[in-house]
Amino acid sequence: MTVKARFRLLLQLAQIAIRSLAQRKTRTGLTMLGVIIGVGAVIVMVSIGEGAKQSVSSRIKGLGTNLLVIRPGFARTGPVRATSVQTLVPEDAEAIVKEVANVVAVAPEISQTTQVKYLAQNTSTSVIGVTPDWLDVNNHAVKEGRFLDDLDERTSRKVAVLGATVVNALFGGVSAENQTIKIRGVNFQVVGTLQSKGSGGARDPDDQVLIPLSTARTRLFGTDNLRSLSVQIASEGAMDRAQGEIEDLLRLRHNIQAGAASDFSIGSQKDLLDTASQVSDTFTALLAAVAGVSLLVGGIGIMNIMLVSVTERTREIGIRKAIGARRCDILFQFLVESIVLSGIGGLLGVAAGVGGARIVGAMGSWQTTVGGGAIALAFGVAMGIGVFFGLYPAHKASKLDPIEALRHE
Amino acid sequence: MIRLVGLEKDYVMGDEIVPALREVNLHVQRGSFVAIMGPSGSGKSTLMNILGCLDRSSRGQYVLDGEDVSDLDDDDLAGIRNRKIGFVFQSFNLLHHATAAENVALPLVYAGAEQQTARALRALEKVALAHRAGHRPAELSGGQRQRVAIARAIITEPPLILADEPTGNLDTRTSEEILAIFEDLHRSGSTIVMVTHERDVAEHAARIVTFRDGRLVSDETVPARAEASARGPAKAEVSP
Repeated sequence: MTVKARFRLLLQLAQIAIRSLAQRKTRTGLTMLGVIIGVGAVIVMVSIGEGAKQSVSSRIKGLGTNLLVIRPGFARTGPVRATSVQTLVPEDAEAIVKEVANVVAVAPEISQTTQVKYLAQNTSTSVIGVTPDWLDVNNHAVKEGRFLDDLDERTSRKVAVLGATVVNALFGGVSAENQTIKIRGVNFQVVGTLQSKGSGGARDPDDQVLIPLSTARTRLFGTDNLRSLSVQIASEGAMDRAQGEIEDLLRLRHNIQAGAASDFSIGSQKDLLDTASQVSDTFTALLAAVAGVSLLVGGIGIMNIMLVSVTERTREIGIRKAIGARRCDILFQFLVESIVLSGIGGLLGVAAGVGGARIVGAMGSWQTTVGGGAIALAFGVAMGIGVFFGLYPAHKASKLDPIEALRHE
Repeated sequence: MIRLVGLEKDYVMGDEIVPALREVNLHVQRGSFVAIMGPSGSGKSTLMNILGCLDRSSRGQYVLDGEDVSDLDDDDLAGIRNRKIGFVFQSFNLLHHATAAENVALPLVYAGAEQQTARALRALEKVALAHRAGHRPAELSGGQRQRVAIARAIITEPPLILADEPTGNLDTRTSEEILAIFEDLHRSGSTIVMVTHERDVAEHAARIVTFRDGRLVSDETVPARAEASARGPAKAEVSP
């Protein structure tokens, strides 16, 4: 047989397969539905996972990139966490600015959760002592009034800048600027408010009151223990070196012997981002696997219906064989049927999945991101399933003995 | 056209070996019209399956159209069936989803041939059924269905036409029409082997070969038909 004749034969066998599917519309539709649901479910699930990953990473990036966050390590002695040990102090921050290269700014924080009052309103919030650099380092912006300045810091003034959540809790619709609030019974003047960053995580970034670091140390909390020390580095490339230098510097300042564990930890937003995206990837894989089960069930549906079809059409197979169909011709005809089922089912499933992801996204509680990767994966797996689950019935058909098949009623 | 030498066929039923054909020697010349007769269980269906390359013999040699097909594999046999044999079955064996023309063209599909529809229409014309080309088998009478099957059998112009009880499902008048078509084909040079258990059907052939218990027991020439044949009488050669 010439190549052209062979090509004509394959084309005609494919036509025969498609016509045979078209003749059994209900059955074909129901079998495809299994694949449609499977592919759609995979796409929706993966897009929910991807959406979660993106929203987490954009929130982390919103906290400020190029940032190293140093926290007082817990001096660990057995299972007891000794948090009262003084490990990170404002002087460490000054030393870092002076001695480490590529440091743009540092933002030491002292904080405590405490009651804040305005007239009869009160709320429990995080009161944080910060330096003027805090605003830039943490990617916050002023909405009304001004932020804390150097003069506030030098003179330990009793002024405060409020986060959006606190403004709502204490003032409702009234302007907070120049009002006087009480923090632990001490009067503070409100000089400004912050733009909302929007909540969504475990911690509300708008639920905080900012006061000068010196005021917090001397007038309010009477402690030098920093909750954290954020260090902004000039560029992402300089992060690793800066982290090493800061570690060496702090170990020296804290008199830690070589080999002993540090009494602080340095984390970067990048670490956080990596961890978060690892968690999201696991989450996405899990969702995809669950949805993949329904795709598998769809594939088994194809195999089931193809086996029924082969049995029903035994006589047809016998006729075709008697007239000169070779094994591979019969195999090809039935394989095309299962591939068309999974292929068209896969395409409709992609449409259903993309539409479904849009609807889920529009409902609000979850962000969804439909990626080309998820579509290609789901469609590819569907095609693979069509071939895999179609092969056995097609092989069974091709193996039929023509004499037996012709006798079949 | 057909040469069978020492052909034997056994079936294995459990532990038992049942012989279906024993020591069959048969020579059918090109252009002959041979009827194979015998009661059920005589081995004529087994012989038909082997002649049709649907089955293989256990021992012995089968030469078809100058080619030894005794030891060919399944796909090669499929090729032989496609090119060299036209089948006509008792139960027609048409695809009921396909039209008459599509049924007739089916052997051409597996040959990857060109101009399938035109050739199918020409084959249908030969059995005087071109006007029903677009109809499905369910819309045709029994005789018309068998004519479609004959058109399908002759579309590749095969050297051998095998008919297995072609009139078994038809009434007497329709049977005569179908047998007349076979006689026409015979006159125009086709080689035809027909299995039947009815004597008067067999007598349309030029030669009648009878089987009993897997053996060829008689081989006779039908005088009137032999003379009527344009190609002259078929030569009967039965080896002892």
